[in-house]
Amino acid sequence: MSPTIKLLQGNEACVEGALAAGIQFYGGYPITPSTEIAELLAEKMPRVGSAFIQMEDEIAAMAAVIGASLTGAKSMTATSGPGFSLKQENLGYAIYTEIPCVIVNVMRGGPSTGLPTSPSQSDVMQARWGTHGDHPVIALCPSSVEETFWLTIRAFNLAEKYRTAVILLLDEVVGHMRERIEIPDHVDNVLTRKKPSVGREGYRPYQPDADLIPPMASFGEGYRYHVTGLTHDETGFPTNDTEKAGILIDRLHKKIDNNLDDIVEIETQMMEDAEIMVVAYGSTARSASRAVKDARALGIKAGLFRPITIWPFPANELKQYLPQLKQVIVAEMNLGQLILEVERNVAGKAPVHGVLRGDGELITPTQILARIKEVQ
Amino acid sequence: MSAYEKYLRNNRLPHILCSGCGHGIIMGAITRAIEKADLDQDRTVVVSGIGCSSRLPGYMDFDTLHTTHGRALGFATGVKFAKPELNVIVIMGDGDALAIGGNHFIHACRRNINITTIILNNNVYGMTSGQFSPMTPQGHFATTAPYGNVDRNFDICELSRAAGATYVARGSAYHAVMLTDLITKAIFNPGFSVVEAISQCPTYYGRKNKQGTAVDMLNAQKENCVTVAASAKITSDQMQGKIIIGELHKSEAPEYTAVYRNIVDSLQAKEMK
Repeated sequence: MSPTIKLLQGNEACVEGALAAGIQFYGGYPITPSTEIAELLAEKMPRVGSAFIQMEDEIAAMAAVIGASLTGAKSMTATSGPGFSLKQENLGYAIYTEIPCVIVNVMRGGPSTGLPTSPSQSDVMQARWGTHGDHPVIALCPSSVEETFWLTIRAFNLAEKYRTAVILLLDEVVGHMRERIEIPDHVDNVLTRKKPSVGREGYRPYQPDADLIPPMASFGEGYRYHVTGLTHDETGFPTNDTEKAGILIDRLHKKIDNNLDDIVEIETQMMEDAEIMVVAYGSTARSASRAVKDARALGIKAGLFRPITIWPFPANELKQYLPQLKQVIVAEMNLGQLILEVERNVAGKAPVHGVLRGDGELITPTQILARIKEVQ
Repeated sequence: MSAYEKYLRNNRLPHILCSGCGHGIIMGAITRAIEKADLDQDRTVVVSGIGCSSRLPGYMDFDTLHTTHGRALGFATGVKFAKPELNVIVIMGDGDALAIGGNHFIHACRRNINITTIILNNNVYGMTSGQFSPMTPQGHFATTAPYGNVDRNFDICELSRAAGATYVARGSAYHAVMLTDLITKAIFNPGFSVVEAISQCPTYYGRKNKQGTAVDMLNAQKENCVTVAASAKITSDQMQGKIIIGELHKSEAPEYTAVYRNIVDSLQAKEMK
C-alpha cells in the first residue's frame, strides 16, 4: 500500500506517530498549545480499543501514565511548560523506577503562565534538570511536522528499549504549523520492552542484563514484585545501603551513556568545510538553515549543526568540528540555555555567540545572518 | 499458619512501624478481607503513596506500588484503567489522602472507578514525626501546632460521599473484625469504595495530646466508637464526641472503566457494519 499524504499540524503528526508506535494509554490534562494532541487521541483511541483519560491535573496524568505502563501498556502524556513543571515529580519517579513512558512538551513562552500561544524553547533545561536528584534524561526535538511523526515513534522506542521516560520537546511553531506529511501504511522497527525469561521465583525486578537494562514484568502476570521511588536494590525493595544506592544511580546513567551511538542523533548542513557553525534546534533550525544558505551565497563558510537528540547533548558529534571552527553561533528562543552546553563543549576553542530571544517571537533568518556577518 | 499469612511477604517482616501503632492491625484486617473476598493474588495490585501507612504494601505479597506523596490514586487509576480485570487496592494515610492528595481523592470518588481505598487515619503526619494533618482536630497539639491546631479537620466519610464514592464505611483498629468485614464489602462494591480505618499513633499524636499508651488509645476507640445501629437509638447529646462506625453509604452508579468499555464496544460495532 502507498503512504497516505496529509496536510497536518505537528501536534496532529505527534498523534499519528503515537498511534503508529502502538500507544495503548494516554493520560493528560488540557493545556495550550498541546491540546490538539489530547483532543485527537480522545477521538481516535477508543476506536482502536485503547485507553484515553483526562485526569484532574498534570500530576495525576503523569501518575496514571506510569501506573498504566506498569501493566504493560505503551503510555504517553502531553503538556506545555506550566504542566511540564507539575509533571516533574512523577517524571523523576518514572526515571528512577525505570518505567517506560513518553512525555510531550509543546513549549510556550514562560516563565509562569507566560505567553500561552507564543513559541519558545525555554524548557530545554527544565527537560534536563526539572526533576530533583541526579538522573539521566533522553529528550528529542523535531524541526518539522514529518520529523515530529518519526520522533514520536522513536520516543516510544527509546522509552521501551531503555526503560525510561523520554521527553519529546516540540515548540509551539512545530506543534501548530501545517506541512505535507507522508504517513506510511506500516511502520517497521516498533520496539517493545524486554520481558523476563524466568518465572516468579527467579525474577529480581531490578537485576540488569549485560546491557544494564532489567527485563520488565507487567503487573498482573504473577510476578508479584514491588516498585518504589525510594532507593532500591535488585529485589525492588527499599534500602539505605549507600553501596547499593551508588550501584543503582551509576547503572541508570551508564545504561544511557553506554548507548549514545544509538540514542544521539544530529543533522548537519554544509558543515564539511564550515568555519562558522550555527547550532540550532526545533523551529529555529529552519531559520538557521536559511541563514546558512544565504551566508554561503555571500561566500561565508557557514554550516548548521542541529541536535535532534537534545539530551544527552551530542557532545562528541559537536567536538569533531572544533579543529575547523573559527566562530560558533547558537540560536534559540530563550535567553541562553543550550548555549551553556555548547560553550562547555567548545571549551574556549572558538568564541561562542548567541542569537537569543525570549519575547515570544520567532528568530528570523535575517537575524541569524546578521550575526554570521558580524562575527565572520 | 493463618489463612491470610500467604498474603504477607514474611521475609520482609518485621515491619518498620513503632510499637503500639495501629497500622499493623489494619494491615491484618486488609489481608483478611482479601482472603475473605478470595481475590486472585496474581491479579491484585496494592498501591500506596508516602507515609507510615504507605509502607504496608511492601509487606504484602501482590504486585505492589509505593508511589509519591498523595499520588497513589493517580497511579492506581492508570493501573485499573489500563487493565480493568485487575483488582486494585489503595492504602493511604490521612495527610497523604486528604492534604497533598485531596484533589486526586475527590476526583477518584467522582469517577467511581472500581478501586478499594483504605485511609488509615491516625490524625497526624507520623513519618515526619508528628505535624498536624487535615484530620487533626482543632485545638489538638502537634509539633507544628504547639499552641493548639488552628485548622479544622475533615470528615473523611462525608467528603467521600459528597464527592461520589459508592461505598463509604468507617472502622477502627480496635474493632478489627468489623473492619475486616467493611473492607471485604468495599472490595465487593463494583465502584469506588472508601473505608476510613481509625488508627492510633501513640508515638506522636498520642504523646503530644496526653492520650496515654497504645492500650489507652485502643480503649478510647472502644469507648468513643458507636455503630450505625446504636447511633440511631441515642440522643444527639449522647453522640457528642462519639464517632460512628460501620457502613455509612452505599449507592449504585455506572463504573468508570465499564462506561468507557461501552463506548469502545459501540464504536467497534459501528466499524464492523
